[in-house]
Amino acid sequence: MEVAAKVERDTLYIFLSGELDEYSAGAARAEADAVIERNIACSRVVFDLSGVHFMDSAGIGFLIGRYKRLMRCHTPAYIQSPDFAADKILSMSGIYTLIPKL
Amino acid sequence: MENFMELRIPAVSENEPFARDAVAAFCVRLNPSLDEISDVKTAVSEAVTNCIVHAYTGGEGEIRIACEAEGDTVHIRIADFGKGIEDVVRAVEPFYTTLAEEERSGMGFTIMQTFMTSFRLESVPGAGTTVYMSKRFGQAQGKAEYASGVQSKRGGSDAR
Repeated sequence: MEVAAKVERDTLYIFLSGELDEYSAGAARAEADAVIERNIACSRVVFDLSGVHFMDSAGIGFLIGRYKRLMRCHTPAYIQSPDFAADKILSMSGIYTLIPKL
Repeated sequence: MENFMELRIPAVSENEPFARDAVAAFCVRLNPSLDEISDVKTAVSEAVTNCIVHAYTGGEGEIRIACEAEGDTVHIRIADFGKGIEDVVRAVEPFYTTLAEEERSGMGFTIMQTFMTSFRLESVPGAGTTVYMSKRFGQAQGKAEYASGVQSKRGGSDAR
């Protein structure tokens, strides 16, 4: 799992790529939190999942965890470009009510 | 003869990608669609995660995965010899987790039930847990059917 980031017009984009499961979630969590910490002034965060080709419920846990951290600073979070399989699991979990899909 | 395989692996998270990819490779001969194979991989990943995180709570242990092909269907059994589940009815409820502080979603069993054609759970506290699930391929519009086992035990009090 790779975590990359860019800031554009006050939005922090976090690009995840690879497989997001129990094995990879720990490192992804640490990297994403470090990126969020460095860009705490951004007005919103977008998780780009276009590079994620496998995701299980660890992905839901990962996103909810980051959402909770961001909520402490009242920073809204969004999800963009999940593939069909990721979208299926995210829809099922109801996470889009907390982290809307762009 | 119908095909079968058995895997014995240590319960470490490094083995998760291997476990789900091995099962996916086994299924290829049954001619699954990409979506169907993705469903199977996700369900296997959830079951293996449960063994690592819940059954052995991060400690040492063994996971046994058995697959059997029957016509257009794969039957998968994933077993551990860990601590078992005290309340299986509760365990399969969506969003129920015993590890909320670890950013667990509580969706593992719900995903297995939804993504597979059938699902059954057997657990003996102190002895281990076995998940039985099957996927019938070639059901492009196939809606996941909620299987026997735990579902029937839950009777009319459906929390879904």
